[in-house]
Amino acid sequence: MPSITYREALNQAHVEEMERDDSVFLMGEEVGVYDGAYKVSKGLLDHFDDSQWRVRDTPIAEYGFSGIGVGAAMAGLRPIVEFMTWNFSFLAFDQVVNSAAKMYQMSGGQYNVPVVFRAPGGAALQLGSQHSQCPDPWYSNVPGLKVVAPATPRDAKGLLKSAVRDDDPVLVIEGELLYNTKGEVPDEDDLLVPIGEAEVKREGSDATVICHSKMVLQALEAAEGVLEEHGVDVEVVDLRTLRPLDVDTVIESVKKTNRAVVVEEGWPSAGIGAQVVDDIQREAFDWLDAPVARVSGLDVPMPYARNLEKLAFPSAPYIENAIEKVCYIEDR
Amino acid sequence: MATKVVMAQLSPTMEEGRLVEWKLEEGDEVAQGDVVAEIETDKANMDVESMGEGVLRKRIVGEGETVPVGATIGVIGEADEDISDLLEEIESESAGAAAAESGGEEELAAAAEAGAEAGEAGEEPAGEDGGERETAGAPAAGAGGPSRGDGRLRASPVARRMAEEKGLDLSRVEGSGPAGRIIKRDVEEALERGAERPAAGAPAGPSPLREERVELSQMRKTIAKRLSQSIGPVPHYYLTREIDMGRALELRAELNERGDRSVGVNDLLLKAAAEALVRHPEINASWDGDAIVRHGSVDLGIAVAIDEGLITPVLRDAETKGLEQISRESGTLIERARERDLQPEEYQGATFSISNLGMMGIDEFTAVINPPEAAILAVGKTQEKPVAVDGELEIRKRMRVTMSCDHRVIDGAMGARFLDTFTAMLENPLEMLT
Repeated sequence: MPSITYREALNQAHVEEMERDDSVFLMGEEVGVYDGAYKVSKGLLDHFDDSQWRVRDTPIAEYGFSGIGVGAAMAGLRPIVEFMTWNFSFLAFDQVVNSAAKMYQMSGGQYNVPVVFRAPGGAALQLGSQHSQCPDPWYSNVPGLKVVAPATPRDAKGLLKSAVRDDDPVLVIEGELLYNTKGEVPDEDDLLVPIGEAEVKREGSDATVICHSKMVLQALEAAEGVLEEHGVDVEVVDLRTLRPLDVDTVIESVKKTNRAVVVEEGWPSAGIGAQVVDDIQREAFDWLDAPVARVSGLDVPMPYARNLEKLAFPSAPYIENAIEKVCYIEDR
Repeated sequence: MATKVVMAQLSPTMEEGRLVEWKLEEGDEVAQGDVVAEIETDKANMDVESMGEGVLRKRIVGEGETVPVGATIGVIGEADEDISDLLEEIESESAGAAAAESGGEEELAAAAEAGAEAGEAGEEPAGEDGGERETAGAPAAGAGGPSRGDGRLRASPVARRMAEEKGLDLSRVEGSGPAGRIIKRDVEEALERGAERPAAGAPAGPSPLREERVELSQMRKTIAKRLSQSIGPVPHYYLTREIDMGRALELRAELNERGDRSVGVNDLLLKAAAEALVRHPEINASWDGDAIVRHGSVDLGIAVAIDEGLITPVLRDAETKGLEQISRESGTLIERARERDLQPEEYQGATFSISNLGMMGIDEFTAVINPPEAAILAVGKTQEKPVAVDGELEIRKRMRVTMSCDHRVIDGAMGARFLDTFTAMLENPLEMLT
């Protein structure tokens, strides 16, 4: 199985879906001539016939081009709209939350909106507070949207392809820090990862870490840490889809391990983890051996200073502490 | 490490206990399982056993004092260990409980505040403690004391579920989690140690009995010879005792409310006899000519009237069985006896028998021993009658039993001691279930 980067995996998904279906097209700032701000769309402009407008550069006008995306989807096309990062999508919040998410219901089912919005989310390296944010809970709060947040190249490719084929608006939250990560991706034409299915990324028996996106990598690192230090065998559940949540997979794992740590990169208040903890306490109460622990980004605007940014980011050591806590390991 | 001795919950309805008597002085050595004190519960006087070992360092509660379930009554530790921190903790815990009891809003606020402070100082930040927050209706827990200080047993949900499944009494398990919370590993360790105490429905465990031959003394030979000449060949005599059945019937009603199987008075009699015979193996015995055989198990014969006469199916190894199992198996045996469906090995070789004619309206009677058993217990009906209790006349439910004894094996005083234990079992039925 070839090992490719997360970026290459997304690129393959674009190529395959655009070749498969003429109605699929990509638009966004710098996606064409410049090959994309993060080179996800590298080579696409050359690959597809320019006269067909399959890859369109747009002005720096998020509200406008995202609205065009919603309209094109209503008219029968399947647009992929790239925001350079999710931080810029806030200029288009109304198009995503009011237009895309509501159209199906408000038109009495007359219009599907099969649009994909995709962009990297969360912190990268010293981008400052306005450009380091996790939109995960904000959009996952909205009925009418589907939200996926793949952690691996395989899931990135498979989920983007599923998103393109979905008849509802799907938001794909990628990660700037993930684009260069490598992983095995099956060499098959039609790699589809279903929306709404979590995956156990590491099997274990002593505690469950529930996470998504780049936190999966941190959780896997933490799992090795506590195994070495305490012999604690951690199961890592990758949510993959944030809306709708795959509660069954989470509950099955927690019933097995009796302990849960819920991790997210974003802020704690009203976060994804708050929802997961709520599901756990209702569905697995009689299986819990400890209060469920949460790990999140610190409750502050992301600092620019490198040392402070490191402290605010929920890295593996924080997760290890939380695992020790739910396992009642005293010394830390 | 120093451990607390706490007022254990010894019955499902027990909320507080009175310390009747300390069995140890401060400074006395104590091993795990040693009896530390006697306490009076709502149902019976029972022993408190030590969970730790070392030396009884401190008696916290004085004789005659009553404290809630979970309160610390003493401290066990090493002889030279510094227990001042623990004593301070115990003091604040009882102060917290007192504040909660006296109840005004101000005290409640103070207790809650103290709890928050304790949380901050301790390992658990208050903000992360959501799982343990109490509603306003349960102020005692707000004091944030150890698990039992507030009269409330703290255990994780999965620990509770496991304990229930395995019939483990959590009040006998030490919690190793924060604030003494009993967690999964504590339950697993307790189960491994076999600290498991049989609940009413659980099996009582392996038999403590073993078969042995007791050589005859000269006196024993003479007793056997002389009395057989007088009434032979099995020289019977009879001991009668009247038993107050009030508590046993209450227990039976309670069990029947909880379980899906109905437990009968007969089942309680069988269980009480099995337990009493374990404590008096000299009754669970047979005359064997040149020796007395003490049996390695309690095999109870149950006299059952059938159309053609009488048959006594045998409930084997009764001393290893819990009440529920005794009830189930004896029920099957009796039913099969009536259907004349028993194989010979199922009605031969009992070590002690019970014949109950109470349901036929018989007040009391004497039964004939079925050799080689050494005794049979004849049970009359339970009836309400006036009884003098502490100088007052009360209506009590009383039952008369008469034991026929083989005098070659059982002397009068031996039989009387057995009947005394049997009576105590039925009058304090928790004795036979724990």
